[in-house]
Amino acid sequence: MIHFVLLISRQGKVRLTKWYSPYSQKERTKVIREISGLMLHRGPKLCNFLEWGGLKVVYKRYASLYFCMCIDPDDNELETLEVIHHFVEILDRYFGSVCELDLIFNFHKAYYILDELVIAGEIQESSKKTVAQLISAQDSLVEAAKEEASSISNIIAQATK
Amino acid sequence: MALSGMRGLSVFISDIRNCQNKEQERLRVDKELGNIRTRFKNEKGLTPYEKKKYVWKMLYIHMLGYDVDFGHMETVSLISAPKYPEKQVGYIVTACLLNENHDFLRIAINTVRNDIIGRNETFQCLALTMVGNIGGREFAESLAPDVQKLLISSSCRPLVRKKAALCLLRLYRKNPDVVNVDGWADRMAQLLDERDLGVLTSSMSLLVALVSNNHEAYWSCLPKCVKTLERLARNQDIPQEYTYYGIPSPWLQVKTMRALQYFPTIEDPNTRRSLFEVLQRILMGTDVVKNVNKNNASHAVLFEALSLVMHLDAEKEMMSQCVALLGKFIAVREPNIRYLGLENMTRMLMVTDVQDIIKRHQAQIITSLKDPDISIRRRALDLCYGMCDVSNAKDIVEELLQYLSTSDFAMREELSLKAAILAEKFAPDLSWYVDVILQLIDKAGDFVSDDIWFRVVQFVTNNEDLQPYAAAKAREYLDKPAIHETMVKVSAYLLGEYSHFLARRPGCSPKEIFSIIHEKLPTVSMSTVPILLSTYAKILMHTQPPEPDLQNQIWAIFHKYESCIDVEIQQRAVEYFALSAKGAALADILAEMPKFPERQSALIKKAEDIETDTAEQSAIKLRAQQQMSNALVVTDQRPANGSPAVGQLSLVKLPSMSSNPDNYSADEGVTQENGILSTVDPQPPSADLLSDLLGPLAIEGPPGAVQSEQNVPGADGVPSAADAAAIVPIEEQKNTVQPIGNIAERFHALCLKDSGVLYEDPNIQIGIKAEWRAHQGRLVLFLGNKNTSPLVSVQALILPPSHLKMELSLVPETIPPRAQVQCPLEVVNLHPSRDVAVLDFSYKFGSHAVNIKLRLPAVLNKFLQPLTLTTNEFFPQWRSLSGPPLKLQEVVRGVKPLPLMEMANLLSSLRVMVSSGLDPNPNNLVASTTFYSESTRAMLCLVRIETDPADRTQLRMTVASGDPTLTFELMEYIKEQLVDIPTGSAPPPMAPAVASPMAPVAPLNDPGAILAGLL
Repeated sequence: MIHFVLLISRQGKVRLTKWYSPYSQKERTKVIREISGLMLHRGPKLCNFLEWGGLKVVYKRYASLYFCMCIDPDDNELETLEVIHHFVEILDRYFGSVCELDLIFNFHKAYYILDELVIAGEIQESSKKTVAQLISAQDSLVEAAKEEASSISNIIAQATK
Repeated sequence: MALSGMRGLSVFISDIRNCQNKEQERLRVDKELGNIRTRFKNEKGLTPYEKKKYVWKMLYIHMLGYDVDFGHMETVSLISAPKYPEKQVGYIVTACLLNENHDFLRIAINTVRNDIIGRNETFQCLALTMVGNIGGREFAESLAPDVQKLLISSSCRPLVRKKAALCLLRLYRKNPDVVNVDGWADRMAQLLDERDLGVLTSSMSLLVALVSNNHEAYWSCLPKCVKTLERLARNQDIPQEYTYYGIPSPWLQVKTMRALQYFPTIEDPNTRRSLFEVLQRILMGTDVVKNVNKNNASHAVLFEALSLVMHLDAEKEMMSQCVALLGKFIAVREPNIRYLGLENMTRMLMVTDVQDIIKRHQAQIITSLKDPDISIRRRALDLCYGMCDVSNAKDIVEELLQYLSTSDFAMREELSLKAAILAEKFAPDLSWYVDVILQLIDKAGDFVSDDIWFRVVQFVTNNEDLQPYAAAKAREYLDKPAIHETMVKVSAYLLGEYSHFLARRPGCSPKEIFSIIHEKLPTVSMSTVPILLSTYAKILMHTQPPEPDLQNQIWAIFHKYESCIDVEIQQRAVEYFALSAKGAALADILAEMPKFPERQSALIKKAEDIETDTAEQSAIKLRAQQQMSNALVVTDQRPANGSPAVGQLSLVKLPSMSSNPDNYSADEGVTQENGILSTVDPQPPSADLLSDLLGPLAIEGPPGAVQSEQNVPGADGVPSAADAAAIVPIEEQKNTVQPIGNIAERFHALCLKDSGVLYEDPNIQIGIKAEWRAHQGRLVLFLGNKNTSPLVSVQALILPPSHLKMELSLVPETIPPRAQVQCPLEVVNLHPSRDVAVLDFSYKFGSHAVNIKLRLPAVLNKFLQPLTLTTNEFFPQWRSLSGPPLKLQEVVRGVKPLPLMEMANLLSSLRVMVSSGLDPNPNNLVASTTFYSESTRAMLCLVRIETDPADRTQLRMTVASGDPTLTFELMEYIKEQLVDIPTGSAPPPMAPAVASPMAPVAPLNDPGAILAGLL
């Protein structure tokens, strides 16, 4: 299973973290520090796997951003590597040519998308189309609620409460 | 793109991005946290939008690595909001901010359950996602049936059902009992007929978890898995959107093959045939293509197929096909494939008849040791290690040695450990083994742990043929200009024992040997000096007839170190000096070390402990069991006379400054008797690391404890400090799990303080926190699982001594991954005694059952309350308690030499308060305390210690109290603390004959008795 997902920039800034195994706040900070230390110093043309603390870290760099997932040592590494790519492709489709800034300012969107892709550290949906549909359905639900809230009758109701 | 704009959030993120440095960022974050805190305080005025915004900000701050220790309640409460946008944020942020052990999650269980059983599909999805990501045990118990219903419901849409499948998987991992095997196996098989690929993928993950625990119940799923695999890999019968770079859902293929690996065999010939057809197709039909992602996906499938083939024990032809593929992979340019090729080859070693084919690739594997990528180098090292056997050990170990000089620091320790183990396991001859280890020390001395050179010493000691060779080798290395300190240690030791075999060679006269070793002395640290002193003593002993010149030189050195600040060195110098004057007796005392009892190599044990239970490692273990190396055969001879090692060790322990020669010759007699009668010591040879270390060093060890043991009269039947300490190591040998840190030291530390770690090993940490009030105490045991898998069959039993009433609350049978369990323990002290309570603790991790017995620090001093008395209070009491049994006096020898101040500190750490200035003599200490127990109630205790400034190793102690038992016990307890050296190197239990009988204290000729100042 995937124990956690990290998105870390080349400068070591954390862009997203998601933990599927119980780590305390202290442990989380330590894990991030250790893994960034190892991962960011690896040169290009090396393999995408890192052995760390009895587990395996599968990572891939996209432009300035490292995507990394930590799995059990006997899990399938290449499968996980393609989960990462699958995630990136879905982000790309959603944001339209995604860049680091998109993820910084819309980190909550990245969380929504990740939740449609992975639950309990296992992949739940491998169709990009299905994920895209589900996310846009969520967006429209939120939009609808917003419109409702800003409709005139609602404003009056709020004011006279 | 429909981004829900949250201006406040964007502004905050921009601000953070604009911070020039970490300090500014912290200020900005603190300001924001302050703001959020104030806003949350007045929750009524918050609009749902604002609440959402603040909660997101909190998550952002948390992600940046700052502690967010408030607002959890507000976040969790968003879950119960009626509208979707708030509920969504509540669920997602809760799942990110909290983990399963968080208390606030409990209050949400009801809301979550209502969302799951409610009719709103979107709410169901949110709830299932959160529970799937962070649900813990309590969620498992209260939600599993509802989640199961959703998964098999025909009215639910796939988007809910696939989430339900993974949610159930999470709950099953937390508590396997929530899935009832009887009813569920059929349902599971039905689920595999699912057409929706999302639901099928999730269900397959669930199946993997279920069959990994219990494959028998799920036999009916096996043919369905094969069908699914056929559908994907052969028929490619799958909607377009589920192909990934043209490959039919690689994830589902991988999971299906993973599930199949948990069934031991496939009995039905038709199913087996179909499966092999598909596997053959995957093995042969996977080509290397240009597109990276397609390549990765197809090879993900291929490597899983390889594992499955290995598991199914296919025909030899298919196996060699697999090895051929792997051989191709380890030579390709693409680093991922190279890495996986090496990794899978290591796994393949488990299949016995392919080893010879793998050996053909040895050259390529050794090249990979020099790969620019450390991940690949690690795999190559593991494979080299795994494939090593008697036939290729020489080549491989020599490669490893060569590689050692250039390898990176991160790997050197592992590398040298592995080289040492291989050399030991597969040595074609023993002289080669000695060569390898000496080279190892020479090249990577910093990374050669003590166990490695201890092991060489053991081998050499146990093999007479080897001794001249080893000595000659050691002599050669000493000629090198700069050698590692470990090399100094091992060569000094070997030459001390065996240099007399070399006497006729040029440059090897005792004098020459001595001077070349002595040259190194200025360069070594304190820990090496004692070994050198022993070597000098041995050289002296072997020089017959004595050379006055050499003798004077060595005596001068002993003399110089007689005033050394290091106690160990000082003691040796004094003792060797005295012994060397004994002439012929010296030869007996410093005779060659006896053979060591055979025991499992501490190295191999260590390596096994480091390894976790993955497939490749079990392959190594398996092979380790199958193959018997030459080295082990050669050394397997028991010492000819079969004399018990413990008895002989006590011989070398003897060189202590015993003033009573009879005492010591009596002991020697005992040893010889043991040798002749071949009585087997009741204690089996200890296999633990500790005694391995003790073994070779016992030659020089006159630890103070042994001495004091002999000198301090103690009542019969009262367990001595040494005996008590022995409880722990004896138990250890059953365990393959090595404790981290020294158990005895931890216990001693906890006797003086109230919280700390009692025990730790790679799987568990046991901490203690205690509060003491009068005769009662409350301890809390913290049992922390360090692993990502649960510890099971956890049991804790308290074995209380008769004077303590102890009640341990229920200890759970399972400790979840990375969780900590607290178990309170109530203690009541009934009457004074020094006996110690023992915690009998056991657990199971994987296949290892671990059992440890730990002393609990509920010791006498915990029931003391320090008390300061004035002169007017002290003396009337002191006089009123006159003479035995209420007032006892005794001369204690073999005391740790401590300055008076430190002794006072030691007493006050025992909660015995020193009242300064009460005794007119500045060399005396007077102290008082109150002892609490049910029988004595609060009882005043008075202590007086008279020290001799000329000899700090002895003192006279007087203890008085209103209760005879208390007086005796307190006296003995303080004595133990003063003479006890709390290190792990507990001396081996002495033979009963060694313990001196109840010797009355010599009253007059004793310097202690001449001390003035009796009150």
